[in-house]
Amino acid sequence: MLKFVGKRLLQLIPTLFFVSVLIFSLQQLLPGDPALVMAGEERDPQVIEQIRKQYRLDQPLPLQYVYWVKGVFSGNLGESMRVKEPVLNLILEKLPVTIQLASMAIIIALTIGISTGVVAAVKKNTVWDYAANVFALWGISTPNFWLGIMLIFLFSVQLGWLPASGYVRLRDNWEASITATILPAFVLGNAIAAVLMRHTRSAMLQVLESDYVRTARAKGLLERRIIVRHALSNALTPIITLSALEFGTLLSGAVLTEQIFTIPGFGKLVVDAVFNRDYAVVQGVVLVTATTFIILNLLADIAYHLVNPRLRA
Amino acid sequence: MNALKLAVSAALLSLAAATAQAQTTLRIGLAEDPDILDPTLARTYVGRIVFASICDKLFDIDEHLAVVPQLALSHETSADGKAVTIKLRPNVTFQDGEKFDAEAAKFSLERHMTMTGSFRKPELAAVDHVEVVDPLTIRLVLKVPFAPLIAQLTDRAGMMVSPKAAKAEGDKFGLHPVCAGPYKFVERVAQDRIVVEKYAGYWNAKNVFIDRIIYLPIVDATVRLANLKSGGLDLIERLLATDIKAVRADSNLRLASALELGYQGMDINVGNGDAAKDPLGQSAKVRQALSLAIDRKALTQVVFNGEFVPGNQWVSPENPYYQKDFPVQARDVEKAKALLKEAGVTGRVSVDFMVPSGAETQAVAEVIQAMAADVGIDMKIRVTEFATSLKQAEAGQYQAFLLAWSGRTDPDGNLYIFDKCKAPQDYPGYCNPEVDKLLDESRIPSDPSERKAIYTKLTKILLEDDPKLYLYHRRILIAHTARLEGYKQMPDGLVRVVGLTLK
Amino acid sequence: MVDAAQVEPLLDLVTIESPAMRVWRRLSRRRAPVFGLIVIGLFVLFAVLAPLIAPYDPIAQSWSLVRKPPSLVHLFGTDDVGRDILSRVVYGTRASLFAGFISVSIALSIGVPLGLTAGYCGGFVDALLSRMTDAMLACPFIILAIALAAFLGPSLSNAMIAIGVTTTPIFLRLTRGQVMQVKVEEYIEAARVVGNPSWRIALVHIFPNIFPAILVQATLSIATAIIAEAALSFLGLGQQPPYPSWGSMLNSAQRFLSNAPWMAVWPGLAIFLSVLSFNLIGDGLRDALDPRER
Repeated sequence: MLKFVGKRLLQLIPTLFFVSVLIFSLQQLLPGDPALVMAGEERDPQVIEQIRKQYRLDQPLPLQYVYWVKGVFSGNLGESMRVKEPVLNLILEKLPVTIQLASMAIIIALTIGISTGVVAAVKKNTVWDYAANVFALWGISTPNFWLGIMLIFLFSVQLGWLPASGYVRLRDNWEASITATILPAFVLGNAIAAVLMRHTRSAMLQVLESDYVRTARAKGLLERRIIVRHALSNALTPIITLSALEFGTLLSGAVLTEQIFTIPGFGKLVVDAVFNRDYAVVQGVVLVTATTFIILNLLADIAYHLVNPRLRA
Repeated sequence: MNALKLAVSAALLSLAAATAQAQTTLRIGLAEDPDILDPTLARTYVGRIVFASICDKLFDIDEHLAVVPQLALSHETSADGKAVTIKLRPNVTFQDGEKFDAEAAKFSLERHMTMTGSFRKPELAAVDHVEVVDPLTIRLVLKVPFAPLIAQLTDRAGMMVSPKAAKAEGDKFGLHPVCAGPYKFVERVAQDRIVVEKYAGYWNAKNVFIDRIIYLPIVDATVRLANLKSGGLDLIERLLATDIKAVRADSNLRLASALELGYQGMDINVGNGDAAKDPLGQSAKVRQALSLAIDRKALTQVVFNGEFVPGNQWVSPENPYYQKDFPVQARDVEKAKALLKEAGVTGRVSVDFMVPSGAETQAVAEVIQAMAADVGIDMKIRVTEFATSLKQAEAGQYQAFLLAWSGRTDPDGNLYIFDKCKAPQDYPGYCNPEVDKLLDESRIPSDPSERKAIYTKLTKILLEDDPKLYLYHRRILIAHTARLEGYKQMPDGLVRVVGLTLK
Repeated sequence: MVDAAQVEPLLDLVTIESPAMRVWRRLSRRRAPVFGLIVIGLFVLFAVLAPLIAPYDPIAQSWSLVRKPPSLVHLFGTDDVGRDILSRVVYGTRASLFAGFISVSIALSIGVPLGLTAGYCGGFVDALLSRMTDAMLACPFIILAIALAAFLGPSLSNAMIAIGVTTTPIFLRLTRGQVMQVKVEEYIEAARVVGNPSWRIALVHIFPNIFPAILVQATLSIATAIIAEAALSFLGLGQQPPYPSWGSMLNSAQRFLSNAPWMAVWPGLAIFLSVLSFNLIGDGLRDALDPRER
């Protein structure tokens, strides 16, 4: 076990190295000059020159990479060219927002996914199975930006039940905060619900058709008890680990959804920075989210190994 | 007796509490998140909207674009045009209590002119140095006569910052700006909100009635309007032209508008690199043909419901400097075809048409494409995102480029950096020594009619050479709740907050 | 002893299925995948026969008919410059289906060979490829796609390349995993003992056995590729105007939600149906290929 964890931890290093190189080179490959974008409407050449010097944009690329990595190790993720705030501050500001959104999305996904998955497995190949399938699939089949716009139109413009956009911090007003994030969380959660539904269904089916359950049935246990106590609890393990992974994906940014609902989370921060060529922000945020995702992956793997004795050999 | 005193003070206290509770907050929806809130280092249009509440300027403009006093009372230009004397308003304090006087004004101007990273340097390039004449008078000594200078002082270059705060914070001043405007900065969460609060010591405090303003950046125009309709916002900027009908139909909303100072146009690559070697770039007749192919009225009708104004010059038809002798031409397909023949064009002309991304610009480009196709010009649309388009425009990697300019109070601001040879925004690569000479001449006289006469000569040449096709002028469209009273829109697009009441 | 004469008449009664036939039989039994196949078939028909099916020219503007609601003349209504939306949806099928198939083909042609190599060779090559794959999968897909598309320049083909490249890691990892499972099987050992070179083992023995899983993933990835193309076009990085693509149609429709909601409904519905169908087919394939199915 320890050997396994150690080996995986060691693998983190080259992976993170590749992540840093990937995200750094992608930024630099983007056409367009950040100094030009930052230079103001008049685009005075003197000002542009001065920006280039200040942010070391005139240095050769490998050198810029080294400066950046050095900074990361000393806790300095650089500064946003646009608002002159340190990237680390921006990340710490946005983190609670993104975590809140991701958590709500996962809760919604688990609720919809597990319930439809159970129904589909128990009533396999019937109309219920088919309906549950389509219902959950609806989540990943609709482009989330379209769904978001349609929901805003329905719930905010026509019905006026929910705010069209914006975010209220949880500690300021928890009710308003929930109402402001319920729509985007739903849009995000829908997509994941489908994935969870599929896994619940197949995991449940595996268990329901196993000898173990056949014995329980032969013993005369109530069907519902079998479903809940035995089948579901066994199926839960892969579902939990999968949810952890999806949570990690959500952290990286529900980019389009945040854009449409104006939730000031990571997704919006990164995509705006890409279009503004605010290199430091993109690099810093993606590095942080990628690292989180990789670590969550690792934890999920460890958990899976711990729980599943067959794999330990 | 004691009980009475107690009762009275209790009543007074609760009254005070009640009035304190009835704090009015104005929530303004912006179309983007502003950049840094430092007048010296700021560069976005939307940032100027926030500055309108925090930082007062030396001068301001009224709806006729005339210069009016704000922190300064009057200005006088010497006979040779090289010295401008400005008298300042007395009894003004910054939001941290510091006095505003000639020393502070000199400090602010010098900060704009010399600070590393200052975007105001080009605006104040004509100023050699600033002298303090007396505690309420400063004199700007210029290197050359520069008529547009006063207009620059009605914008960010004229914003005054507290010397104490600026010296203490350096380039981090923008994180907690301290100026002399009606509202003082409270807090900012990037991409989320900017909160400002009424400054009790403002020189015009008696005309400031709203206690707090919150600026909320909401990029999507549909969502911005939805928020206004549902009551989540009180005022929004950059309403879409196609939403005007909805606002007019809603009795809880009002529309405020003014014709913009800028223009929407198309740059044609006439001398910037190899791409200019096409018929469009080489021949003025082909460019004139393209201009005649475009029905500007129909364009604004289709894409903007007719709410915007067709244009053909760098200032709008309502601007005092507009040349009435050169009106907007109607579409003339026959004449366009004839011009193409005169220019020796056989077959169809293919044009690489770079269009910055944006739903409205795309629609405009598509309509132009259809119109140009009728005379034999095939515009191949290439939607490019903003940052890339800037780079490619600079490098001359385009043949036609759809662009917008937000406009400056002084017409020179819409002209000089575009049409002077090798100027920063001369993307077409246009070089005409006659035009350069006239541009320099136009900056000298302080008399508007003298300048206008020079502009007449300029207009004639520019409309013949056509390195830039002017298409239309937008309206600044602000929608706000009917509970907001006293709001008037100026052509510079700023949201002025003095004199507003919210019921 | 059984001789041929006795067996032959029996052969008429017993049908021996090839694996492909078995899969098809299982697939066609269930309603969901069949529905998916029919819908995709229809869309392919639209794409191929678009000039015959579409009632109008998809790029012909009509300035007096701007934003007209659905009517008998224009079944889906008109858009913001007066073009017929039904025609644009029909022609848009080409862009979306193309985007789906081409991007996945790119991902397959890079990811599968690399995955085979990583899985079969193991060692340093495997470690290197796996770490690079992990790195790519850790970065947000949409950011990578946007950056790549912006780098290559805005066009439908570049969007397809961008989506294809960012989808590659999924296939690499899947192929590698499958190869590692299969390569310990005895028949592979047997093939090696007999003297087959590695490339032959990989191609002839391993690949056919991992093919089913790859096929399922490919179908599902076409679905995500269609959405990704819509997202990129929505951001202005895909299909260039005036040619229609469902994603760019949604982009134009956004500002007219309250004035002209039909502009958003039809392209969104088209995306939904095509993506749903591919998902249903993919799911059906997965069930049909499952050895435990009867």
